Amino acid sequence: MPAIVAEAIVKTYGKVTALDGLDIDVEEGTVFGLLGPNGAGKTTAVRVLTTLLRPDSGRVEIAGIDVLAHPERARRIIGVSGQQAAVDDYLTGRENLEMFGELYQLPRTKARARANELLEHFDLAAAADRPVKGYSGGMRRRLDLAGAIVSRPRVLFLDEPTTGLDPRSRNDLWEVITDLVRLGTTVLLTTQYLEEADRLANDIAVVDHGSVIARGTADELKRRIGGERLDVVVAQRSQLEIAAATLRAIAGAEPVVDARTREISVPVRGIGALTEAVRRFDEIGLEVLDIALHRPSLDDVFLALTGHAADTGTNP
Amino acid sequence: MSLGMRSALHDGVVVTRRNILKMKRLPDIVVFATIQPIMFVLLFSYVFGSAITVPGVSYREFLMAGIFAQTVAFGSANTCIGLADDLQKGIIERFRSLPMSRGAVLIGRTTADLLNNFFVVVVLTGSGLVVGWRIRTSVLDAIAGLVLLLLFAYSMSWISALVGLSVRSVEVAQSAGFIWLFPFTFVSNAFVPTAGMPRVLRLVSEWNPITAVTTALRKLFGNTNEQLAPYTSWPDRHAIVLAFAWCAVILGVFVPLSVRRYRIATSR
Repeated sequence: MPAIVAEAIVKTYGKVTALDGLDIDVEEGTVFGLLGPNGAGKTTAVRVLTTLLRPDSGRVEIAGIDVLAHPERARRIIGVSGQQAAVDDYLTGRENLEMFGELYQLPRTKARARANELLEHFDLAAAADRPVKGYSGGMRRRLDLAGAIVSRPRVLFLDEPTTGLDPRSRNDLWEVITDLVRLGTTVLLTTQYLEEADRLANDIAVVDHGSVIARGTADELKRRIGGERLDVVVAQRSQLEIAAATLRAIAGAEPVVDARTREISVPVRGIGALTEAVRRFDEIGLEVLDIALHRPSLDDVFLALTGHAADTGTNP
Repeated sequence: MSLGMRSALHDGVVVTRRNILKMKRLPDIVVFATIQPIMFVLLFSYVFGSAITVPGVSYREFLMAGIFAQTVAFGSANTCIGLADDLQKGIIERFRSLPMSRGAVLIGRTTADLLNNFFVVVVLTGSGLVVGWRIRTSVLDAIAGLVLLLLFAYSMSWISALVGLSVRSVEVAQSAGFIWLFPFTFVSNAFVPTAGMPRVLRLVSEWNPITAVTTALRKLFGNTNEQLAPYTSWPDRHAIVLAFAWCAVILGVFVPLSVRRYRIATSR
């Protein structure tokens, strides 16, 4: 049985169409990534799926429950962690989790035990009895996530779980999410980072202007986009040709040469191409000003799929 | 008891506890809620009181019932600001995603504010006694007065709840939560007798819930006499019943309105 099914969801705000016939289906026990720039409709989609927002039309089912007809039943089996860590600043970490536990209708002693367990698991035990006001951004996000899984939800929704976190906190959070999935939780997460979707999601839907414009695994999407690219800037214009030939041999693909900037760009697979290029240029004594491997970014995805860059300036 | 009622009570208690913890961690709210009425008692007793005379009783005796009513009315702004704050910080959105009772957040907020108001009323009673105010009736009457005051405080909280859920930010709540309270509390007999007001204003103030509560408190605490108030108008003569009726009407109107507003507050 699919854990999440959304069909033809439409949501408009006046003249603005936030969701324009969005379709999603997520298999139980998998991680589904909703990838898109700001304003693509990701948050609106999560709010519809988590009973917080009623769509104008469409159908939503979570674990077989019709969400629009029985939102209260759906709430019992889902967990939600939003973009804004919605934890109470003046309560301690422990008090926050105990409160969420009791509001998920756990008996008080169970709520207390569960809070303890989660504080331990999320590496918050040392700060458990301090007010959340003094927590770092990463700690708040972890607490927020802990709050979302207090009742061991079958389906977990994470709206941009790592936006605004430093790389270390991001990695920590990724590990926590991976652990949850290993235990059988179905996860739907939204993200602006291809890297994040790549790392966590089995299946990715790229969203733009409120509907899905591409769907597949991270590898499938990358193949469509063209994967990684090696960019080289040579010192002498006279050496452009020999450099291009070298890169052609390594990559097995035709490089794009810009004579004016002395820049050569070629699609490659993996870091091996970079080291190989450096080695060969060294052998033939070719001077390189810059050499770098570029992973496809969200912008590349959008450029490849839509022909326009990700419109990251707009508000959600 | 139905399942819905039980879960509303259970969840209401959980949210109340959370709000009280918050007040304990942020005592400024309670401190300022207490300083303000004490300041009013002193200002009116010694500044305005020196120029105002009311027939039959001393001005301070006359004043306290008005200060009580005004204080709990202003105290309701806490409900407004508290809800606006939760809304802005995404806490309400979080609560709405939980399998909890729809009314619990509002019940928890208003109950915590009621406890806060109770504390303030106790402090206010103390400062009233210091400036020479006395309860001159029976214990039962005094208790009835206190019950009325707290019921009124609770009713006012539900009006403020609607305001708090309707504004867009805490900053707006901080002014919107108070602004309507000024005409509401001052166009009444809380601080001055209504007899000298222009006709229209007098009519408005005669029917103002604050006036009903103030007059009822004066009667229940024995801070009045025939000379001060001949009790010729209907609302004056039936002030006690009217005051309780006003509370019932306010709750009857604003509880459903606020709960409805809560449901749609974050689904924009």
